[in-house]
Amino acid sequence: MSSLKNKRQRAILITVLAVVLLAGVVLLGFILDEEKIATHLDNRNSPPSLEHLFGTDWLGRDMFTRTMMGLSLSMGVGLAGALGSTMIAAFLGMIAATMGRAADAIVSWLIDLFLSVPHLVTLILISFSLGGGAKGIIVGIALTHWPSLSRVIRAEMMQIRSAEYVQVSRRMGRPGWWIAAKHIFPHILPQLLVGFLLMFPHAILHEAAVTFLGMGLSPHQPAIGIILSESMKYLSSGLWWLAFFPGLSLLFAVRLFDVIGGNLRLFTDPSKTHEE
Amino acid sequence: MEKSRKLAIFLLLKVLRMATLLAAICFISFLLVKNSPIDPVQAYIGADMVNVGPEQREQIAEYWGLDEPIMLQFSHWAGALLSGDMGTSMVYREPVADIISVRFRHSIALMLAAWILSGIIGFALGAVAAMKKGTLADRIIQWYCYTLASTPTFWMGLLVLMVFSVWLGWFPIGLGVPAGVLTEDITFSERIQHLILPAVTLSIVGVGNVALHTRQKLIDVLGSEYVLFARARGEQGFVLFWRHGLRNIMVPALMLQFASFSELFGGAVLAEQVFSYPGLGQATVEAGIKGDVPLLLGLVLFSAVFVFAGNLIGDILHRLIDPRLREERL
Repeated sequence: MSSLKNKRQRAILITVLAVVLLAGVVLLGFILDEEKIATHLDNRNSPPSLEHLFGTDWLGRDMFTRTMMGLSLSMGVGLAGALGSTMIAAFLGMIAATMGRAADAIVSWLIDLFLSVPHLVTLILISFSLGGGAKGIIVGIALTHWPSLSRVIRAEMMQIRSAEYVQVSRRMGRPGWWIAAKHIFPHILPQLLVGFLLMFPHAILHEAAVTFLGMGLSPHQPAIGIILSESMKYLSSGLWWLAFFPGLSLLFAVRLFDVIGGNLRLFTDPSKTHEE
Repeated sequence: MEKSRKLAIFLLLKVLRMATLLAAICFISFLLVKNSPIDPVQAYIGADMVNVGPEQREQIAEYWGLDEPIMLQFSHWAGALLSGDMGTSMVYREPVADIISVRFRHSIALMLAAWILSGIIGFALGAVAAMKKGTLADRIIQWYCYTLASTPTFWMGLLVLMVFSVWLGWFPIGLGVPAGVLTEDITFSERIQHLILPAVTLSIVGVGNVALHTRQKLIDVLGSEYVLFARARGEQGFVLFWRHGLRNIMVPALMLQFASFSELFGGAVLAEQVFSYPGLGQATVEAGIKGDVPLLLGLVLFSAVFVFAGNLIGDILHRLIDPRLREERL
């Protein structure tokens, strides 16, 4: 590690590793064939082994395959939800910063509105309203995760609007859209990207939680929440691997996203380039 | 005199804002619930649906006013709500207000235990990490907190259940109210026994936020000039922390704990589901799955009031404790 004295270089290495690992999971979710999660009644409830890394369940399905498929499904749902939420955050943050005090007050009231009911309860309500399924979760996540990011965007916009080069550009007669596109957007893009990535872990955890409660993805899909809620029935008979490994994999995936997001924030901050 | 008037105005504004938010929550959640594809008549009758003809079905719908325009339905519901009637639960066939008050007594015990435990442990961890900044202890505590932030609460619950109930056999598996026993007959010690595991789960997961904030705050305080001066006078270790650190970091930690009621409620929903603890969270999930519209609406409103109460208490305490805040703006 002698060549990696600089903090940024270490961070790059870790980020690349994390991305490769996550990409591997998604790839595995696609490659692993359905045959492995077919019912094999001759090989039920076997503990983890080399052949079945995470063991098998009461139908003889390979838990490793189910977990990987579940993870890539969760990531898909999380991706859609986080994307939607980032767009809402960007939109409302810009409105709050540029459309005057009334708009600012309305957006801040909206933020209070969405923070005043616990996220999980909102998710249950929305999922109930849309009749469950992936759609309910994605809409729910998109509608609940934007407030903190929109506050960040608003603050950034306020700051950049009063910056000298933007003021000068305005005096020189540049139209508003030009300033927005050339000056403001490039400035908030990194914030949006980092905010999006840091939203991901929450989105995935909430998806798993709602699915676990039975309000999310359907029981026929190999979601982590489904796997864990099914495993509850078998805990007392000592089948610990049904819950342990899928949950641990979820924890790892979420943590990796957190690391990537955190490091990306480091990269977008030029003042930390040469930190030891 | 001046002080108490300011506080009164502050409280009035807060409550007014809350009133507008609650009204909006009522309206939006009512629309959302009405939008649901789950048929309330079917949800009410359940498995006996085969015995109910279309005419009877229409009669029930008419009796409930389901054929009226949605705005009229809303005004009926909101009117009843204002006079204190939250409706009757379809699953339990009891007034929603009664169910919530019974369930809340269970939940508050769990949430309070978890809240106090996670607050104290988190605060202690954060303080230790900051005092020992850069050491192995600091790194372990930080790693622990960051990892917990990524840990699904319900998975932690399953792990706790596996270790303490299945392997060690110290606690019964699930069921806050054992089968065949009336709710009133449960002894206090039994109740405590069923409370411990969910409370432990929530505390394990809940310490991260407080610990990390306290750590950062204390590091800031330790970097200040008055601490530098205290060090120059020879103070160090616990005495330094006791005299200069503690009071400065207690208020932010307390504020954070009061602001975390929302996550606490969400965590309780998951923990109650894992441990079959008969609290508000379990009722919320049940209402959602079985399509119990009045109960679901009541719980959404109640959770909003709960979160608001937490924020309000935090704000008032902050103003009472921190003299700087009283001097400044309203």
